[in-house]
Amino acid sequence: MIRLEARGHAAAGWVYGAPVLAVGLTLVFGAALFAALGFDPLEALGVFFLSPLNSAYGIAELAVKATPLALCAVGLAIGFRGNVWNIGAEGQLVMGAVAGGGVALALYDVDGWFVLPLMMVAGMLGGMAWGAIPAFLKTRFHTSEILVSLMLTYVAALALSWLVHGPWRDPEGFNFPESRLFHDAATLPILWEGTRLHLGAAFALAAVVGAWFVVARTFIGFQVKVLGMTPQAGGYAGFSQKWVVWLAFMVSGGLAGLSGIVEVAGPIGQLQPTVSPGYGFTAIIVAFLGRLHPVGILLAALLMALSYLGGEAVQIGLGLPLAVTGVFQGMLLFFLLACDILIRYRVRLGGKRRREVPS
Amino acid sequence: MTDAPPPRLELRAIDKRYPGSHANKTVSLALGAGEIHALLGENGAGKSTLVKIIYGVATADSGEVLWHGQPVRVGSPAEARRLGIGMVFQHFSLFDSLTVAENVALGLNAKESLEVLSRRIVDLSTRYGLPLDPRRHVHDLSVGERQRVEIVRCLLQDPKLLIMDEPTSVLTPQEVDKLFDTLRRLRDEGRTILYISHKLEEIRALCDRATVLRAGAVVATCDPRQESARSLARMMIGSDLVAARRTAQEQRPGEPRLVVENLSLSASHPFGTDLENVSFAVRPGEIFGIAGVAGNGQGELMLALSGEHRTPVHDAIRIDGRPVGRLGPRDRRDLGLGLVPEERLGRGAVPDLSLAENALLSGYGRQSLVRRGMIRFSKVNDYADRIIGAFNVIAHGRRAEARSLSGGNLQKFIIGREILQNPRLLICSQPTWGVDAGSAAAIHQALLDLREQGAAVLVISQDLDELFTIADRIAVMSGGRLSSPRAAHDTSVEQVGLMMGGLFDLSDEAGVVHDPA
Repeated sequence: MIRLEARGHAAAGWVYGAPVLAVGLTLVFGAALFAALGFDPLEALGVFFLSPLNSAYGIAELAVKATPLALCAVGLAIGFRGNVWNIGAEGQLVMGAVAGGGVALALYDVDGWFVLPLMMVAGMLGGMAWGAIPAFLKTRFHTSEILVSLMLTYVAALALSWLVHGPWRDPEGFNFPESRLFHDAATLPILWEGTRLHLGAAFALAAVVGAWFVVARTFIGFQVKVLGMTPQAGGYAGFSQKWVVWLAFMVSGGLAGLSGIVEVAGPIGQLQPTVSPGYGFTAIIVAFLGRLHPVGILLAALLMALSYLGGEAVQIGLGLPLAVTGVFQGMLLFFLLACDILIRYRVRLGGKRRREVPS
Repeated sequence: MTDAPPPRLELRAIDKRYPGSHANKTVSLALGAGEIHALLGENGAGKSTLVKIIYGVATADSGEVLWHGQPVRVGSPAEARRLGIGMVFQHFSLFDSLTVAENVALGLNAKESLEVLSRRIVDLSTRYGLPLDPRRHVHDLSVGERQRVEIVRCLLQDPKLLIMDEPTSVLTPQEVDKLFDTLRRLRDEGRTILYISHKLEEIRALCDRATVLRAGAVVATCDPRQESARSLARMMIGSDLVAARRTAQEQRPGEPRLVVENLSLSASHPFGTDLENVSFAVRPGEIFGIAGVAGNGQGELMLALSGEHRTPVHDAIRIDGRPVGRLGPRDRRDLGLGLVPEERLGRGAVPDLSLAENALLSGYGRQSLVRRGMIRFSKVNDYADRIIGAFNVIAHGRRAEARSLSGGNLQKFIIGREILQNPRLLICSQPTWGVDAGSAAAIHQALLDLREQGAAVLVISQDLDELFTIADRIAVMSGGRLSSPRAAHDTSVEQVGLMMGGLFDLSDEAGVVHDPA
């Protein structure tokens, strides 16, 4: 029999050591995986983790992929700190893309500086509106925000699919299920000529700094933390649980919506049936890998972005399926959770029962 | 049997360390047949650890356990029960929604039918003077009756050694007398009882021998009947205790600061106690005590007073004449309310946060620790340091996590945090429960000082000694109702005890308590 025994106190250093250890273990088992597939493990790891970064374009791509991850994860982390489990950032991202993209399509003929800000605001409102549904149901009827937000993800994906197959389909698009390409006035400016690095990356950095400020310095951050750790103490102090649920869904929904409109107004440039390769879900891993801390989240977002690029690199370089990305992300989360458990518990082998001594 | 039978249970040089504490230091103890043996010590002296080792919940690092002279290793409570060791815990493990018989059956893994078992329960409970109806549901039972269920469940296994952990903390004085009768009968049958307590008078009244633990080590073994409460206390604490002293009450006329009028409230969770027409008033410069066995509505009253549970009738609760029934804790604090909840770790303080952050938890408003949404860290730190200094909180500074403090020091911190906000009205629930004697005296003194300064103080407590030490007036809570108050000098522990059992008559309008004497 295997038992887990509480250690009593977690060593402080390991709280931050665990993500590093998890990354290390992922590398070791990734190497073993590549070896089992018949590749030289070191070379394959090189292709996966290093080759994407050996050009300026590659480094810019890393930032492009990290942008939606960081935007979503920063918002989610605020909720997770307060024990509010928004699992549906992916759906809020999609609805942000829909709302902001809708503005872009409605103002297709308009060429003004205000189009882009309007799209961004609409994107955030779209994500917030989608987040408001689980928040309302949770505060009013005590539903599980985990299930509601998760299920709404699929509703959002189908809504987007219907729009681009139907009313918003490009009239000159040869019947492809895509919207028109956004006008220049509705496209995010490129920050680094010759790459796809766009203004959205600056939004992500601003979100990281803003979230750090809220968490570390403000009374709002303190209330979220207290309610997340000990709801009864929060109630005693007069902090409102419902308020934190709303706050968490508005912030995370708004940022996820922003990441959605940033994606379609940036790298994609139009509405397609799929606007995200699961950024909203990967952001959950990012949030935990970054220890729910904004700066940690920034680093974790870069690492996870690398796993997307690495997956593409091994697909091209070694002919491996793109699913390798998912395997690496999964391993990382698995090892992180395992490390976290083993920091707090030790494993005991063997049964607890001893033979009874007759009296 | 040989001429000199070995003791029933003998502990030899038991040693147990936990990270950060040496819970038992080479403790030796011998329990004979037919004795009631007291294990006396303050909270944190190592009583619980020792008992856990005997009952198989914890394992000693070194030392021997001998049962009838034979070395044994007790690996689990099930093994302890097979040896003939039974234990009645301070906190009951009963299912509220099941009947007495079903609860007993669950505890016994019995193969017999419920009918047979019920008959055995009735037989046993009448034999030992513990009347119980096996068909009743546990949620209908009083705390004293629930304890009987636990005792009967133990006795059905015919234990040779019965361990009782602070059994009287939840009982009225009259119930305590009945329990003692039962325990004496069990002793006279040749059973051994290990009686854990820090209540000196009880031990003197009941026990044949006493082993005194202090800081994990045995400091004395004595016959408590030959000792005075004072000498026992000295053994237990290691020094003479300076008790808090109350000055004679000067009548301060004036409007009551807190008025509760016909407060009725249904409990927020099933099996809670509904409040029924609770009315009382607390004046400035007085300590008003609410006595009662835990679980009679005190928790609900506390939540209603703090604002965590709003009352439907806005002016059922008034502070300085202002209705506050529908205000939350934040607004009530702004009116001068200070609160010390019963659960100090997990409600009064966040275990994983530092003392500084815990100072911010309730002090944010009246200490202006927040400006324009920003935490003013230097003021927070300063406030935490002031609490630690003024109330002699022993901790590794303001950065220490709340969970790292002993119960007494954390309670001093919480009470200090509330008092330094200069409350016009302070409400404390069980202020010294589980607190060492030194801290308890300091807490009592702080409450009395606050009263001197003209604040109104409400103390909800199970500890009658405490209420008679500090309170000016005492009312009793039972079954969600509150008796009318009596001046503390005008009533006795016995009278209050009878009221705790629910013997107060609320038939007349004024709710006058009939003199039970």
